[in-house]
Amino acid sequence: MAVNGTRGPGSLVILDPTDESSPDVRTAIERPASLDGLRVGLLDIAKPRGDVFLDRLAELLAERGITVRRYAKPTFTKPMPPDLRREITTECDVVIEALAD
Amino acid sequence: MDLLDEGLVAVVKRDCPTCQLVEPVLADLSRAPGLRVFTQDDPAFPAGVADRRDDTALDASLALDIETVPTLVRFAGGVETGRVVGWSRAQWTELTGVADLGEGLPEHRPGCGSRTLDPDVADELLVRARGGSLRSRRLEISALEDEAEALFDRGFSDGLPVVAPTPARVLRMLDGTSRKPDEVVAVVPPNLVEATVEKVAINAVLAGCRPEYLPVVLAAVEAACTDEFNAHGLLATTWAAGPAIVVNGPVRAEIGMNWAGNALGQGNRANSTIGRALQLVIRNVGGGRPQGVDRAALGNPGKVGFCFAEDEEGSPFEPLAQSRGVPAGRSAVTVFAAEGPRGVVDQISRRPESLARSLALGLRGVVHPKLVRGFDATLVVCPEHARVFADAGWDRARLEAALDEALLLDRAEITRGAGGIDEGVPPGGSDQPLPKFRPGGLMIVHAGGGAGMFSAVIGGWAGGPGGSAPVTREVEPWR
Repeated sequence: MAVNGTRGPGSLVILDPTDESSPDVRTAIERPASLDGLRVGLLDIAKPRGDVFLDRLAELLAERGITVRRYAKPTFTKPMPPDLRREITTECDVVIEALAD
Repeated sequence: MDLLDEGLVAVVKRDCPTCQLVEPVLADLSRAPGLRVFTQDDPAFPAGVADRRDDTALDASLALDIETVPTLVRFAGGVETGRVVGWSRAQWTELTGVADLGEGLPEHRPGCGSRTLDPDVADELLVRARGGSLRSRRLEISALEDEAEALFDRGFSDGLPVVAPTPARVLRMLDGTSRKPDEVVAVVPPNLVEATVEKVAINAVLAGCRPEYLPVVLAAVEAACTDEFNAHGLLATTWAAGPAIVVNGPVRAEIGMNWAGNALGQGNRANSTIGRALQLVIRNVGGGRPQGVDRAALGNPGKVGFCFAEDEEGSPFEPLAQSRGVPAGRSAVTVFAAEGPRGVVDQISRRPESLARSLALGLRGVVHPKLVRGFDATLVVCPEHARVFADAGWDRARLEAALDEALLLDRAEITRGAGGIDEGVPPGGSDQPLPKFRPGGLMIVHAGGGAGMFSAVIGGWAGGPGGSAPVTREVEPWR
């Protein structure tokens, strides 16, 4: 929804049909206290050496008995394709995203 | 945009052949001071005009309320004193006071439509002109989101696709009523939120309504949010019923409602979307959502929206709204608590007494055949059944009385334990038979297709002051 009141290119403006008691900016879910039992995804945004960082994270998580699913964006220069976003949201409870260079 | 206080103003566009025809005329007139030309499409048109203004934003055209180009307007003392639309040598000569204009041109040529009326700019102009009257928060669906998916994701839908309530669509919806967008229609349960005309209009857009349905939706929201109807209780109950609407009066035909074949079913836009709009107002404005405050164990398919019109023309009965105090010839809605309809067949009865008893048997099953006076019901009499009553001269009151009599239930049949069924009315008290429905707890409506000796029972919910009573409101105040 609206971010900082600015309007992006190609966006569609609609009028809120509700009582407007909820914030119109969506907030991140709270950080979990533990990863036990959660489905963890590692997202490589396709920046150089992001894979190095995520490979090491996968090793460390494996030592704690946590297996991960790996995902990668086609390119860091563009927003994530909606299908990939949907895939991650249905398959993971938590996602760790690598920003590297 | 700078209109002139004194002199002539012309509005043109290059895309119009008549404007091109008068291009040399405007150039001639431009030799003397006091002509200003506004151009809607090409700022370089018309050639040879000294005071030429770019009106591609259409501000001057809107201010002058231009519908046709070319339009020539004379101002004196800041006031418009004359206007000519299209090309007419005689009229241009009279307005300008210049003789022999447009040598070689035809005497007369009609103009073209103004850019302000083009469909591709109409929405934008509508929002520019009147968008400031809208108070609701503006939300943005980004270009990366699918519009339909985004509306589901934000929780605005009842589970079916909704129409995006853009400012232009909401403004067009608001054209359906003379009431102001910020007027309060009702306080909507369960969160007791004031619903303005604008909020109802937004939800009417979501539901798929046309602007002419809006007064009916507004009247239904007003009726549903009364203490008597008790929409909060009806929403919160674990019982399956939801609000239904029956519409009476001239508005039925004006907006193309269905009271004939499949009247309670799908396929008519007004029927389907008016009921849905009421439910979306309760969901979105009032905050009443399934498994939230809506605690229904099962619900029913009509909770997406349940609205139909009464067949007044073919009815042996006085229209429902008139029987509830609305003057004849006026439009009204009656909201009532409704489960899904259940058909009652009787293809044999030709005597009204027999048919009334038959329909009473169908009504006896409401809530439970052994329980009485708790729940209301509505009986929808179809034309082939109504004909039996019409032929016998029975009116609404006569049928109601016959149903009441047939629905006096013998205590021995309905006491707990009777028939080997533990459910039933508690034992004790007198031996007097018990009426199935409270006084006023049975409503009769006439609707349906011409073939089929069927009627339908629509079970309600706890009736009266402790539950929900039907409420009727006129549509006219919301026009």
